Amino acid sequence: MNYNWDWNVFFKSTGIGSEIYLDWFVSGLGWTIAVALVAWIVALGVGSVLGVMRTLPNKLLSGVATAYVELFRNVPLLVQLFIWYFMVPDYLPESAQVWFKQELNPATSAYISVVVCLALFTAARVCEQVRTGIQALPKGQSAAALAVGFTLPQMYRHVLLPQAFRIIIPPLTSEFLNIFKNSSVASLIGLMELLAQTKQTAEFTANMFEAFTLATLIYFVLNMSLMTFMSWVEKKVRIPGMMGGAK
Amino acid sequence: MSMISIKNVSKWYGDFQVLTDCTTDVKKGEVVVVCGPSGSGKSTLIKTVNALEPFQKGDIIVDGTSVGDAKTDLPKLRSRVGMVFQHFELFPHLSITENLTIAQERVLGRSKDEAMQKGLHYLDRVGLKAHAHKFPGQLSGGQQQRVAIARALAMDPIAMLFDEPTSALDPEMVNEVLDVMVELAQEGMTMMCVTHEMGFARKVANRVIFMDRGSIVEDCAKEEFFGNIEARSERARQFLSKILQH
Repeated sequence: MNYNWDWNVFFKSTGIGSEIYLDWFVSGLGWTIAVALVAWIVALGVGSVLGVMRTLPNKLLSGVATAYVELFRNVPLLVQLFIWYFMVPDYLPESAQVWFKQELNPATSAYISVVVCLALFTAARVCEQVRTGIQALPKGQSAAALAVGFTLPQMYRHVLLPQAFRIIIPPLTSEFLNIFKNSSVASLIGLMELLAQTKQTAEFTANMFEAFTLATLIYFVLNMSLMTFMSWVEKKVRIPGMMGGAK
Repeated sequence: MSMISIKNVSKWYGDFQVLTDCTTDVKKGEVVVVCGPSGSGKSTLIKTVNALEPFQKGDIIVDGTSVGDAKTDLPKLRSRVGMVFQHFELFPHLSITENLTIAQERVLGRSKDEAMQKGLHYLDRVGLKAHAHKFPGQLSGGQQQRVAIARALAMDPIAMLFDEPTSALDPEMVNEVLDVMVELAQEGMTMMCVTHEMGFARKVANRVIFMDRGSIVEDCAKEEFFGNIEARSERARQFLSKILQH
């Protein structure tokens, strides 16, 4: 293969003010983090509520949560994004449509769509993990919680969820990493996150290999740091004498 | 005065009947031992008393409150009845002191100090004050079960239910738990115990109930149950001959 690697490309001027191509990557990384973190917080909240709903004795509530999971897990993420970005706005009330399509900065409307899409998609997956975390606990735990006089909400708050969340930290971590990786779909609706900036750099400079190598490295380092952070959290909340914790 | 009154209780899992027309009574200060072969419904029966198991027919009255009544505030009723489980069921993510105080604070609304004082008092009574700051996973089975008893007592229960409290213990630890239970019984606590510990039954029980296939087959005074074996039903005699042999 005949290719002239040129790693200096990132320090060359883009021709816009004093901006260099590396600045594009930095800004792209910023958007990637902004999308993934906000979507994750929403996904964790919505997913936890749904996961609890799936374990409730109430058939209606658990049915609604099950239907949600089936819907959001069985439609490809990209299709969901296009629906949120291209279709859903058309069904908003007139004034909201004008606001979303005309008054909002295009980057902001793309940002909102992708955050909603990723959050709701990931919530379905978080839901399943929270549900299994709760169901993995011994049946006697809920019996003991009820026996001391806890109400159903108190049982979840004080007994089931603190244990369930500890159990599911490893699968939640991989969901947390997934949302960062999945955030790259935003490039397809014009949000200039890391992948979009990479493609743009490749097109502007013709140094495609360098651009994608750098993007790969950034995603890799980002995810490795998140993983390290999560295993620190896991150790931090470990209970003495339980699940491999120190005696 | 009757503390727990079980009246014609029947329960089904689908078509399968697990309790058939069970009727009995536990008076204030009385110790009643429930025994019987596995699958006879004794654990199910004791769990209907604090509504951990629903039932379809009959009623149970605990200190004047109907368990079967849809209007009954079940959490409140349960907070007044202590329960000890076969597998201890301490909350493993909470320290021993938190296990002892959380329900006092959240359910009974006691202050942190009051709950702590009460919790430590009972922890001391079961001989485990030195372990207050540990977690359940750091204690032996017998110690965990004693903490579970202290947790129930800290709620100032009007009666205690024991569901095979020593079945999951190593033989060496059975006695430390039974000792606590004997003391409780001698102090006049109203107790309903599902157990195979016939030594315990002989020592402190007032009455013994024998169950088989979801029905109460025998319900008589301890002296009668152990002393007059000829008068017992065939099934009860068989059971006793098997567990008393050694």
